[in-house]
Amino acid sequence: MRDPKQAWKEDFESSPARDDGIETSTISGIPLQPLYTAADRPQQLEEFPGQYPYTRGIHPSGYRGRLWTMRQFSGFATAEETNRRYKYLLANGQTGLSVAFDMPTLMGQDSDAPTSRGEIGHCGVAIDSLADMETLFEGIPLGDITTSMTINSPAAILLCMYIAVAEKQGIPASQLGGTLQNDILKEFIAQKEFIFPPEPSMRLVVDSIEYCAKEVPQWNTISISGYHIREAGSTAAQELAFTLADGMAYVDACLERGMRIDDFAPRLSFFFDAHIDFFEEIAKFRAARRIWARWMRDRYGAQQERSWKLRFHTQTAGVSLTAQQPELNIARTAIEALAAVLGGTQSLHTNAMDEVLGLPTDKAARIALRTQQLLAYESGAANTVDPLGGSYFVEALTDEMERQAERYFKQIEALGGVIPAIEANFFQKEIADSAFRYQQELEQKRRLVVGVNEFTVDEATPIEILRIDPKLESEQVERVREVRKRRDQARCSNALTSLRKAAAGTDNLMPYILEAVRAYATEGEIMNTMVEVFGIYTERAVV
Amino acid sequence: MVGFTGAPGTGKSTLVDGLVAWLRKQDNSVAVLATDPNSPFTGGAILGDRIRMQRHALDPKVFIRSMGARGHLGGLSLATREAIRLLGAFGFDQVILETVGVGQSELEVAAVADTTVVVLTPNLGDGVQMIKAGILEIADVFVVNKADLEGHSRVLTELRSMLSLAPKEGWKPPIISTVASKQEGIGAIWGAVVAHRQHLESSGRGRQLADQRLKDETAEVAAEIARDRVRQALADDPGLAERLVEEGVPYSTAQEILDRKP
Amino acid sequence: MSPATAVRPVRIIVAKVGLDGHDRGVKVVARALRDAGYEVIYTGLRQTPEMVVDAALQEDAQVIGLSIHSGAHMTLFPAVVQELKRRKATDIVVFGGGIIPDDDIAALKKQGVEQLFTPGTPLQEIVDWLRQRFPKGA
Repeated sequence: MRDPKQAWKEDFESSPARDDGIETSTISGIPLQPLYTAADRPQQLEEFPGQYPYTRGIHPSGYRGRLWTMRQFSGFATAEETNRRYKYLLANGQTGLSVAFDMPTLMGQDSDAPTSRGEIGHCGVAIDSLADMETLFEGIPLGDITTSMTINSPAAILLCMYIAVAEKQGIPASQLGGTLQNDILKEFIAQKEFIFPPEPSMRLVVDSIEYCAKEVPQWNTISISGYHIREAGSTAAQELAFTLADGMAYVDACLERGMRIDDFAPRLSFFFDAHIDFFEEIAKFRAARRIWARWMRDRYGAQQERSWKLRFHTQTAGVSLTAQQPELNIARTAIEALAAVLGGTQSLHTNAMDEVLGLPTDKAARIALRTQQLLAYESGAANTVDPLGGSYFVEALTDEMERQAERYFKQIEALGGVIPAIEANFFQKEIADSAFRYQQELEQKRRLVVGVNEFTVDEATPIEILRIDPKLESEQVERVREVRKRRDQARCSNALTSLRKAAAGTDNLMPYILEAVRAYATEGEIMNTMVEVFGIYTERAVV
Repeated sequence: MVGFTGAPGTGKSTLVDGLVAWLRKQDNSVAVLATDPNSPFTGGAILGDRIRMQRHALDPKVFIRSMGARGHLGGLSLATREAIRLLGAFGFDQVILETVGVGQSELEVAAVADTTVVVLTPNLGDGVQMIKAGILEIADVFVVNKADLEGHSRVLTELRSMLSLAPKEGWKPPIISTVASKQEGIGAIWGAVVAHRQHLESSGRGRQLADQRLKDETAEVAAEIARDRVRQALADDPGLAERLVEEGVPYSTAQEILDRKP
Repeated sequence: MSPATAVRPVRIIVAKVGLDGHDRGVKVVARALRDAGYEVIYTGLRQTPEMVVDAALQEDAQVIGLSIHSGAHMTLFPAVVQELKRRKATDIVVFGGGIIPDDDIAALKKQGVEQLFTPGTPLQEIVDWLRQRFPKGA
């Protein structure tokens, strides 16, 4: 009688192998065995969800207790249009709002700035002042929903606008729930929407965390992001490591400010990519929880469990979508969303199939939402907590992810921390190298993208692209000029003067920004006031 | 014309960027020639210095030209010398040459520049002794950049002691400490350059070097022409090439080709 | 063959115009062009049409490659072509890539952008196009 394992090995080796030249490693390059067994995991204590280090999830009941939030990122053109789309999505079962802003808003520019020309409303909603924000949430009771705002350099300003809108609805800030992306480190690393240099940028982030700890305690002050790092071309392990390293840098900065870790750590949240290599992603999410818990409890000495629990939002990988045979993107998104669910995400955005080339149409956006509902109610994935826990493969891969992340932490530490590593172009180079390597694999057909480098068809599928009416651009420009004309000029200019003085000092800037917002100072005016003190950052890029 | 050279990672681009800003404040117009190596296999290159001088984009008094070394082991193509002449002719107040210090490029820079600035940093690993032979001889000014890093004073001490062993005729290369990323020490670099220029003028050495450079360049051009002629001849004359390969006689083959009428 | 007439590599400026910072594609393309033998100058993010053209003139580039992902290509790409006209440098070839819907390609070509490469284009296609466009080098 042959030893079964030995027998399998012999049988495997003597059976024919596929000869298509396709890589059998993960998309990130982690080599994979053909089979994983109990022997691939050293003896470990059995883990349970809701128990440190939370590999199997931060809640004992998983989705049996509460489904993930279906939070579709959206926004385009004007506040009025977006307000309509929000009401449509809420009526169709979306359970939280997520705001996408246009490029000028993301970059802290007013719509009538010269460099805003051609950019208004294309990739999100144009918000120039509190007036636009009021329109955006008109008829939507901010006390009843949670809202995620994806914005970084000007994040504090948008948060203050949200607070001011809620004030007008009679809702105190203490009742507001939501998330602010506010993750400036990943801007320097990957998305490049930075404005101020690293130091004052970090100051603003810490100001917002400190302010919210007291005034807006239900608000997730930061969404420490791996998504953009991954989309820029990193591997899964790099996404994991760089994101958590950024998280630790924020923790360090807040501790330096004098805050106590348990006062702010529970409100830190994360944002990851869900890419197409299914199992690698699940392992990544599980490893993230474990690593963060260990560092928070054992390294930082956080006492409260809430500080140890990593909560995250996931978006399916934009970079995996294809313009060719775009209907395939529905299938891709479903696979990626399932990985996020099996990884235990707290909230999820699924991409629409037509998003490669533009903003999603109503129909495509609805299909994307329905995909989540399908997973929640038809697939059974929500019926058991951490269904893949105990899988030899997934547990081994989770361990490997953790190992690779720890290796990166050491490298970053050797460089002196995240900001010195950014200035040394460490992250940027790792990302560019990974991106190039992947592209070469595609060119050599060692990896396939169906419809792009294999299984192509000649006819192009006409995809209905959502077009922004160019008239909307001039209307928005008019709007911001009107706001400037009609406001209380004295109140506004006083607010900006106070802000400038405070920026040059050490006060927490949130109250000053809030006053400027209430006075209908425009986003551009508030940003420029701070630019006068902080300066503008230029990256020294490496290719 | 001042040339900056030094190993990769010493922050030369940041220094030159800072220097351009400084010179602009003195209302000087500046031309920068920045060279990067071409791939010896494909001939291509990513010329990455311009992007480090972004703040001078659209300043009409700053001109930046990125050049590939184009197969020159020394890091400078012949076109560079021609370009330097042209830039001077166009009336730029200052012309700065920047090269990556690989191969023998330091020597080439020295052969082309009036003042050669060699950039070092404290994290030199095994210390100043490991610096390539030749660098100490060709430097007119030393810059120890990233002076805020550990090991700075050690580098200064070592550098000073090595320099004391080999005094240059009449000119003692000053050592300037800088933190280019913080714009510290930039003015001092220019002070040293100006002082060196005055020395070249007053000692007559400047004239000597200029004459020598012209002769060297003529020899370089001749070498390039000869190189092309030989390659072309071998390509056009298969019989000759065959004989060369059979008999293994590069020297006589070369002589034969050069003796032919062009 | 004297040095002055030796074949010189084609010089290409690649730049991101507009406000978006998605530089993955432009960096991958820059490396591919280098590997194909071109001299590539990446001028960075947030380039205005004036900055791109000015750099191309200073660098004596034959080609400008523009990358954009924010939807502002219909404004900014033609603006680069216009600026080339204004600076009397219409011999410089302009190509582009990024998030550009098929419908816009024809319009952009009519406005002087010679070639557009949409998502999923193999790098080899870009290289092949440049080779047949500049068969004898610069």
